[in-house]
Amino acid sequence: MVSLNAYLMLGAVLFSIGAVGVLAHRNALIIYMCIELMLNAVNLTIVAFSRFLNSLDGHVYVFMIMTVAAAEAAVGLAILIALFRNKPTVDVDEINLSKG
Amino acid sequence: MELLIFYAFCVGAVVSALLMVTTKRPVRAAMSLVATMSFLAGLYALLNAHLIAVLQLIVYAGAIMVLFLFVIMLLNIEEKEGKLAKNVFFIQLAGTVVVGILMVAMVVVMNKMGAPVAAVAVDETFGTTKAVGWMLFTKYLLPFEIASVLLLAAIVGAVILAKRRIDNSGS
Repeated sequence: MVSLNAYLMLGAVLFSIGAVGVLAHRNALIIYMCIELMLNAVNLTIVAFSRFLNSLDGHVYVFMIMTVAAAEAAVGLAILIALFRNKPTVDVDEINLSKG
Repeated sequence: MELLIFYAFCVGAVVSALLMVTTKRPVRAAMSLVATMSFLAGLYALLNAHLIAVLQLIVYAGAIMVLFLFVIMLLNIEEKEGKLAKNVFFIQLAGTVVVGILMVAMVVVMNKMGAPVAAVAVDETFGTTKAVGWMLFTKYLLPFEIASVLLLAAIVGAVILAKRRIDNSGS
């Protein structure tokens, strides 16, 4: 049987990889993908705890996180399309219209 | 056997996640993310979360990633070096170092965690559609209904944001 700690460590590693991606990339699309990866890492942690505590509540939380992630992706990508229409770039360094 | 499968999925997930972070091309990043999510679905199945594993494949690896690929296709981004390329390397280096320290700290803490690591034997119905659905429609009925309102708001918001402006000036 794989221990809980192994799953938690995998979740931590995946979360960190996603965080590096958010900080290092300038492409807004890849930043969204990295945020999805971070959400997935947290989901893995919740499911692992749910399994080892023998409680199904965690599965419902993951269900809700998936719902929110889907809504976030849809609205985020729509914002990106609206931005792209004003300024044809997805580079987050060039999207600085509200900077003083 | 279970350990072997776990390590195979583990390595697969980490390697494909690293591939996603290191590439500059959005399509390649999206395909790597699909691989990561599929490996995670395997891990969910290993954790007796059958419904979540299938939802992971359908919602994440299927729907959300298709949405990403559609937007990549729609925007048709050309590869170009930005004006700020000179400073970006140091920002990336600083970010990697800081998050690296964070990762080491998290892994150490996770490794030391004295949680109930003794494998609890779960019954046959754990994580099945029936069991999770029962929870969803009894204990978590209100959050479930609120989630439907959230999805409706997201649909309306996405349509309003992404639709072409109707030009009223007569041109």
